[in-house]
Amino acid sequence: MKNHSTLKKPAIKLHAGQNVIGKWHHQSYTVVRKIGEGAIGAVYLCTQRGRPVALKISEQDAAVTVEVNVLKALKKVQGYRLGPSLLDVDDWTAPNGRVYSFYVMEYMKGDRLGAFIQAEGKKWLGVLMIQLLDDLEQLHQAGWTFGDLKTDNILVESNPPRIRLVDVGGTTRMGRSIKEYTEFFDRGYWGLGTRKAEPSYDLFAVAMVFLHIYYPRRFDRVAGEASGKLLEKKLYRAKDLDLLHPILKRALKGKYLTASEMKKDVIDKMKQLQRRSHYHKKTRQKKNYPVLESFSISIVASIYWIISLLLP
Amino acid sequence: MKAGTLKQILLLTDGCSNKGEDPAVVAGLANQQGITVNVIGILDDDQTEEPEGLREVEDIAVSGGGVSQIVYSERLSQTVQMVTRQAMTQTLQGFVNKELRSILGKNQSMEELEPEKRGEIMEVVEDLGETSDLEVVVLVDSSASMRDKLETVKEALVDLSISLNARIGKNRFCIYRFPGRRNDIELVLDWSPKLDAISQVFPKLTSGGITPTGPALRAAMYQFSKKQLRRKWDEEPFDIEETGY
Ligand SMILES: Nc1ncnc2c1ncn2[C@@H]1O[C@H](COP(=O)(O)OP(=O)(O)O)[C@@H](O)[C@H]1O
Repeated sequence: MKNHSTLKKPAIKLHAGQNVIGKWHHQSYTVVRKIGEGAIGAVYLCTQRGRPVALKISEQDAAVTVEVNVLKALKKVQGYRLGPSLLDVDDWTAPNGRVYSFYVMEYMKGDRLGAFIQAEGKKWLGVLMIQLLDDLEQLHQAGWTFGDLKTDNILVESNPPRIRLVDVGGTTRMGRSIKEYTEFFDRGYWGLGTRKAEPSYDLFAVAMVFLHIYYPRRFDRVAGEASGKLLEKKLYRAKDLDLLHPILKRALKGKYLTASEMKKDVIDKMKQLQRRSHYHKKTRQKKNYPVLESFSISIVASIYWIISLLLP
Repeated sequence: MKAGTLKQILLLTDGCSNKGEDPAVVAGLANQQGITVNVIGILDDDQTEEPEGLREVEDIAVSGGGVSQIVYSERLSQTVQMVTRQAMTQTLQGFVNKELRSILGKNQSMEELEPEKRGEIMEVVEDLGETSDLEVVVLVDSSASMRDKLETVKEALVDLSISLNARIGKNRFCIYRFPGRRNDIELVLDWSPKLDAISQVFPKLTSGGITPTGPALRAAMYQFSKKQLRRKWDEEPFDIEETGY
């Protein structure tokens, strides 16, 4: 007694060259390649009349609609570009006869955060962290928690380097339960907090994102070992992060209640370093202080960037 | 609109039933009583393709109005919470579709609405998912082949309660294993809002090669009914006020 229409909708796979044509708005998109895949469907690079766009399609219609709602809500957050901009929402009747929901967004060109730091060096850590915290602050003020914050969902656009958040699948209204998360970045997994949407949930993930750069293969919780201790140990082993240790530690402990508090600490730290490296330059012959030096470069960059923010 | 209490059975298994009635039929029965049946099939780390036995998993969930997923045990925690949430959304959507039909006519359902309208309705569904109360009977296969997976199952259940307890609505869980030593199912943990305490009570032992999934599902179904009998003053199965634990 099997009724085919009630069978589970199979996951959808698109191949290069395939055309996806919307049922309602009749726009046509040509698939170039798959960009990524996650809990909810997959993202494809497509072209629409020659221009590149990103198309997300899933067998879970409800989840697609929920993400679209978030993108629409973010659009209303004044003058600030949080997440990719939404271009189209539609349904597509696949060759298998089933209807799949999809949405089309701006294609963001950039490196994943981890790849960017590997290529460009740790001197960018401070600037990028400030940018990230700045974006989160805006998002939080608009009443949202990003949720599924992870290295894969942070792209760095180049010239000048600028962080962009992608994938709003986990983006949740403050005070509700986080919709989607990735274990390594989730404080609930580590037993270090709830899964309630609040700023400190994202700030924990920020610390894990920076830790992840130095543990690209991630690591698991250990049964019988306190996770707080384990994370601290891992943190201290990531020598490149040493200047940020106290800040990251506070974030892991949930001590920052707002992104701006954490951002202020990062900025203060960088100012302090700038003063110190200035001092070193005056009093000594050039001695090798790679970390300090690289940080002072990033201070210049971040000041440049902060000024650019202040300009209209 | 108020959704009241959502009722789910969450079945965790790694193989095919081999005793008693057809579990898909029982799941259909449960679904008629307003209970959603979700099934998670757990693969061994070295299994590269889905074994025959796990084909049943999808059939049970389809007739139980729920969601099914087959996973390796390392992905279990995330899968358990996703399946549970997805099923809540699905149930609530069905509920909303029914309302839509009564307002807009016979053939209206969310899928047939244009994307813009669907978005508005989905907001309502999300609100309901966040605020409605949820009751889950967890049914853990404890036949011999599950031995190495029970620790992971335990972690996944604790994790599930962390996720669900971040919601605004209330939750109650109870855990049964099957087969029991004497009956089709055996109580592991009675109705409780949290699962943090299961470490002490969770079974480490497995029992033989019998997998009476059908009878176990039937027994699980009665765990709700028992509770309903206790509060027979509620006529509407879908609109039960919680009276506190
Ligand atoms: N608009 C976009 N432009 C460029 N890359 C994107 C875009 N959206 C998503 N991606 C990439 O595709 C990956 C998968 O995205 P998505 O499926 O939304 O995330 P997940 O499946 O992990 O929830 C992301 O990690 C990101 O790197």
